[in-house]
This record gives sequence, structure tokens and C-alpha cells, in this order.
Amino acid sequence: MNMMSSIDLPGSNLAAPFRSNGEGPKVLCVGFIPLVDASVLIAAAEFGFARKEGLTLDLVKDVSWANVRDRLAFRQFDIAHMLSPMPVASMLGLGSNPSPTITPFSLGRGGNAITLSTRLFERMREVGGISENASALENAKALAKVLAAMKARGEPLPMLGVTYPFSSHNYEFRYWLAAGGIDPDKDVKLVVVPPPLTSDALVAGAIDGFCVGAPWNMIASERGVGRIVAAKQDIWPSAPEKVVAMRPEWAESHPEIVSRLIVALDAAAHWCDAAENHDALAEALADPRYIAAPVEIIRHVLAGEFSLDAKGNRRIIPDYFRFHRDFANYPKPGHALWIYSQMIRWGQAQLSEEGLRAAAGTYRPDLYQAALGIGPSETDHGLEGIKSGDRFMDGHVFDPGAIGAYVENFAVSSPPPIHSLEQDV
Amino acid sequence: MPASDLTILVIDENAIRASIIEEGLREAGHENVTVVQEVNGIARIIETSKPDVIVIDIENPNRDMMEHLFQLTRTVSRPIAMFVDRSDTAQIEAAMEAGVSAYVVDGLKKERVKSILDMAVSRFNAFSRLQRELAEAKSALEERKVVDRAKGILMKMRGLSEEDAFVLLRQTAMNEKKKMSEIAQSVVTAAGLLM
Repeated sequence: MNMMSSIDLPGSNLAAPFRSNGEGPKVLCVGFIPLVDASVLIAAAEFGFARKEGLTLDLVKDVSWANVRDRLAFRQFDIAHMLSPMPVASMLGLGSNPSPTITPFSLGRGGNAITLSTRLFERMREVGGISENASALENAKALAKVLAAMKARGEPLPMLGVTYPFSSHNYEFRYWLAAGGIDPDKDVKLVVVPPPLTSDALVAGAIDGFCVGAPWNMIASERGVGRIVAAKQDIWPSAPEKVVAMRPEWAESHPEIVSRLIVALDAAAHWCDAAENHDALAEALADPRYIAAPVEIIRHVLAGEFSLDAKGNRRIIPDYFRFHRDFANYPKPGHALWIYSQMIRWGQAQLSEEGLRAAAGTYRPDLYQAALGIGPSETDHGLEGIKSGDRFMDGHVFDPGAIGAYVENFAVSSPPPIHSLEQDV
Repeated sequence: MPASDLTILVIDENAIRASIIEEGLREAGHENVTVVQEVNGIARIIETSKPDVIVIDIENPNRDMMEHLFQLTRTVSRPIAMFVDRSDTAQIEAAMEAGVSAYVVDGLKKERVKSILDMAVSRFNAFSRLQRELAEAKSALEERKVVDRAKGILMKMRGLSEEDAFVLLRQTAMNEKKKMSEIAQSVVTAAGLLM
């Protein structure tokens, strides 16, 4: 399972940060995981956007989110591509090495999907009676029927893969399952599988489905081993995805660099959104230094052209990736609070005043606005899921000011025994 | 409690490196050492052996799976601390440099784990050195083979003795400020073209 055979000596790929006058390094060591949602960072490094701001991004590919977190915490990385729930978890003191982490920039929206094994999907068609182009919610309800039948027959619970305990994938998979009436902690078994291994794990029968980022869903569907049953857009189009993470003390001591970085990333994100640049972007992403996946598949992923399975069922998802438009990069504190609400919903965290402050403080719109001088017109803590085209799949509305009530309103959740819970803080 | 009472789990996909670590731990008096190369079924192993310290190769993508496991484990003694002492930056750097990461049961005394981590770091480094030396030895052997072939070509084409052929190669290398293996390679390539 040596996925990174290019690294012979552990640690040999870590560049020593270059120090110059003023604020220090103009060469930033950037950790990333090979995924299409690292596009903005890769484009900034490859297509001159960083250079224009006098920065060099030295991109270092890593193999696990735990490594990315630790290498950022221990100053081997200056900034890092991270799952949006990771800095929130760190600020809440969750996980095995929580260390203060903030984000001034989201890397865009979209990119995830849920894929089930073709075997499981066939049973959903038989038992659930769904059509080939059933909606995400219909698919979830059909899976609930299959699971009930499996339970009745005493079959083992299906194993479903996510990428990390504090990941959008974990919360989106759980959201989708729960919307269909499935308890993710009792009716299935959630496990962690590194994204590049998901397709093989599906073939081997080690897992029966997964929720990961692009291009891994499409790789499984094109191989004919999986069937895509929901995309991130079906669950909640605005759902936060990856972010650029940094240590707060580093941001404080390098305000000029942070500002230039945000300007560079904003320009790169704008470029990534334009369809005419997708060929060049796909070529760069496909490179072994980055994602090392077939350029054709990456092109389809960027265009949102989905092969749902290997039988030719297709679906076009407009804005499957939104790198820049509609302030996709704005680090909205309400989104950090939504992540916190899901942590509470699934028993990872408890609701407290302190937690609310810590979670909201993870996202730093002040740094974004200082660099770009712009921001969305709506408030940072407004209702989510009320606009047409941006609703949650189950119709719930998130009020960042009433997290307690929001979490309690879900039919399916698994909070731990809650002690000092104040209602609607 | 003597050091040997600690239960240690080593997870390394590289069997040779894993055995080098295991040996080091045993030499240091640790009796309860489990070594696994396959992460399949690791949850059960952790449940039954209840390790105080887990040493895992930093390039192992399954670290994320371990993180998930620790989230699920709701026992008091779940291993959460990545490194023993966050203020010991020298040790942290050395560990990351070497490619070692570790999980330690919360509340375990620093001194007790420090020696284990130091040992793992030095063994990881020793293994890397070993690999490097092996690679160097391999390339030295290759170089010698090329020189031997070039000598043979010179002896045949120019009627030189083996010693004279060697001297000619060495002299040419010195004159051209190149490695003797490079000159030898040119001879072999040229001979291949000419014959």
C-alpha cells in the first residue's frame, strides 16, 4: 500500500523554510492532500498568481489529514489544505493533537459525493423500487428499506467509508443517511478509508460505500464498481468544504503575507471557475506531483459531468465545483457554527457558550476583508438553507443563533449524555 | 512501575523496519510489544492489547483511520496525545524528520515515554541510513561493472594490459575532471556504437 513511493526517506520532502527580511518567509511551505479541491492552491502555484504577489508556494503532498494537522501544528507547514471541520475541531480541543488553527479563506464549495457498491444499489432498486434517476433523498429512503431487510435476515451491517472523523464527508454522509431515516451509528458501520484507496476497498468488499471528494467517486463509477447516489449539492449546496488553514500566531506575525496570499488565492480561484481554463487546470491536476489521476476524469469532474455508473447513466451537476463565485471563498462564521452543530448532533462535542465562541472564531472573515476589501451582503450569522437553490435535503433551516433547538429538531442524532446544556444559547 | 510494564504497539508496513524497532524495544527491557504490518483488524488488536504507546510510521495513510478509532473509543484511557511533551520541540522535530509518529495514553509520565520515542527515532534513522547505504553499495557495484567492461574493451581494441587499461581510464577521468565510471560508461557506449 505504498502510495507515495516517490518519498524514499521520510521527511526528505520537507523544504526548509527560506527566511528573508521583513516578515520572514516569502516561500510558503503548503501541505495538501491530492484532491481536486486543492485546485486553488495548485493553480496559484502553477499559473503565476502567487508569484504576482511576490510569494512562492512550495506544495508538499501528504498522505493523511492527521499528518497535515501535525505538520502545521509543529511548524513544518506554514499553511495547509484542510477539511473545514479540522480547524473547528482543533479550536474546540477535539482530536488527538488539537492546536490553535484558523482559516481566512475557503477553497470553494462542492466536490463530494456518496457512492455505494453496485451490489448494494441493485438491492436498493429491488427492495426500494427506485428508478435510475432517483433523487438523493429517494436513494437514502431506499437504502433504509434495504437495511431493514438486512437486519431482519441477520446480515452484517454495511461498512461505509468516510475520510476523517472531523470531515465534511462524515457529516454529509450522516446527514444523508439520517434524512433517509437511517441511524449512522446503529444501522451501518462508519469507517475511515484514505480516499485513493476507496475504489479498491469497494472492489475488495472491505466497504459497501463511501463519501469522499473528487475524483474518487467518479473513478469508482467509471470502473463499474460503484454507483453515485448523492452529491454534496443534494445535501446542502453551501456546505463548507476545504479551507486554507494556518496557526493564529503565524497569521498575526505575518499580516502582509497573509494579505498577499489571500489576494493570490482569490485571483487563482476566479481563474479556476472559468470553464475555458479547465483544460489547463485538469492537465496540471493530473500531474503525478499533484493528484496523479487520469486527466479525462478530472476534466469531467471539473465540468460536473457525472458518470453515475458504468452503464452510461449520466448526470450533469452545475457548479459541482464552485471555486470563487458568490463569495465561495468567504470564511463565513455561520458555516463554522453549522459544523459545530453537526459535531454536537453526532456526539463529538457538547453545546456551550465557550464552544460557540471557539467554533465561530475559527473562521476569520476579518482577514479576508482586510485583504480584499469586499464581502457578501448577507450577515455572518444569518439563517442557512432558506434561499431557493440552497436548501438542505430534509428542508431544515439552520439558525446559528439557536443551535440547541436546531440539533434537537432532527429525528436522528446521537448526542452523548449532555450535562450543562443551556437551551438555545 | 518498571519500564517493561508498558504495552507498546508498533504499526509499520515495512517489515524490516518494524523488526528493527521491536528489537530495540526488547533490548530496552520492554516485554509487551506487538508489531503489526497490516492495519486490517487493528481495532480489535487495540481493544484487546490496550496499548499505552502506539508507534506508527508517518507515511502510513491509515493514520486517519487510527484517529477515527480513537474518537470511537470512549474509554478513559484512550490514546490521544500525539507527542509526549509539546514543549519539547527538538524531540518533535526529530520524530517528524525521522518519520515517526506516536500516540500515547493520556496521563502517562513523560520520562517513561520519551525513551521509547527516542529509541524509535534513532531506529527509524538507522533504517534510513541502512537503505541509503544499500543504495550506494548497489550503485558502487554497478560502477565497478562498467569499469570492468570498459577495461575489457580497451584491452581488446588497443591491446593493453589490464593494468594499463585501468591507468588510462583513471588518467582520462583526472584530465577531464570526471568520475572514472562516467569515462568508462562513455567507452562502453562508444564501443557499442562503433562495433
